[in-house]
Amino acid sequence: MKIRLNIGAISEPLQSEQFKTGDWGTEWSFVDREKCTACRVCEQFCPDGCIEVKEIEGKEVAVVDHNYCKGCGVCASVCRYGAIKMELKELFKVDVC
Amino acid sequence: MRFFGRGHGACPGCGLAIAVRNILEALEGKCFVVNPTGCLEIISSQYGRNAWGVPYIHPLFDNAAAVACGISEALKVLGREDEGEVVVLAGDGATADIGLTLHGMFDRNHDVIYICLDNEAYQNTGHQQSALTPLGEATTTTPAGKLMLGKIGRKKDMVAIALAHGSPYVATSSAVLPADIRRKVKKAAKIEGAKYIQIHCPCVTGWGIDGKDVVKVGNLAIETALYPIVEFENGKLLTVRKVKERKPVEEYLKIQRRFRHLFTSPEGRKVIEEIQKIADENALRYGIDLKK
Repeated sequence: MKIRLNIGAISEPLQSEQFKTGDWGTEWSFVDREKCTACRVCEQFCPDGCIEVKEIEGKEVAVVDHNYCKGCGVCASVCRYGAIKMELKELFKVDVC
Repeated sequence: MRFFGRGHGACPGCGLAIAVRNILEALEGKCFVVNPTGCLEIISSQYGRNAWGVPYIHPLFDNAAAVACGISEALKVLGREDEGEVVVLAGDGATADIGLTLHGMFDRNHDVIYICLDNEAYQNTGHQQSALTPLGEATTTTPAGKLMLGKIGRKKDMVAIALAHGSPYVATSSAVLPADIRRKVKKAAKIEGAKYIQIHCPCVTGWGIDGKDVVKVGNLAIETALYPIVEFENGKLLTVRKVKERKPVEEYLKIQRRFRHLFTSPEGRKVIEEIQKIADENALRYGIDLKK
């Protein structure tokens, strides 16, 4: 006897990575490499997982991936060293007359 | 490799996404995720936009616990228990209202970690009240007006329900305490039986807060004792997150849109007093105040 099993929809892992969410918000976070101590707190807190500690020019610093940063500001609010600043995107820097 | 991919559809500043990332990283991806309908399902599992890097199944709203029990038993029969933990990531509606059938899981004591991501309402359908909605919160099904000031009645005490079933490990945590989440999830993974962890996840759109205030609001819930962070093992209270100087509940309520109606009328003031009473009770019950 043959039984036909309906297995439903199955997806490939991590397909969401191809959808760049970096254009969602009006702000992006920027890391001050002088002040950053690579404590990894922002890395744990980022809801989108777009902050990673990497070695740049011999120093470990947090790096924000602007392809995915939604500009929520959680990282800036948890940074104990004041190393992360939120800045308005160039697109929204307009003069209102 | 990532366990919860970037590019998912959560609102900017979503507390739930912080919690999920930390849970999966604590388990090092060795888990089978069961996720009933809710915010997490909507943001991470649209067809063609799957954000999961771990095995994932989406059951019905009400049978997440039953599906998890099945997976856990199947792994035992196949001799594949060491491949990972079975983890349920359910919302508060799927835990306390619709999915309260999790009693069966506790009864038979299956080896499952049940994690409730508590954002205090049905947020994905637009903020309807659930059993875990706190007193006085204005939702679309309990709107604030002349006759009614938000939700009537208290938050359901899911921790007490889990404890009454004799669950070996029951804990609460908050999305703003990633280190605490990691420690508790790792500990739960080592214990055999049906474990329950409830995580407070600030919701940006539903609660009416800014993404920048997510951490502040989450911390205020702990500092006012409205959300006690506790841990029970075999029914015994192990740890409590103590607070040096407990803050009045107004500080927590006034920065959220969902409670703003309480500050405009004398009746609202009475509700705030009632909420303060709940906080005092929590503090007394778990000994949250640090003794001087």
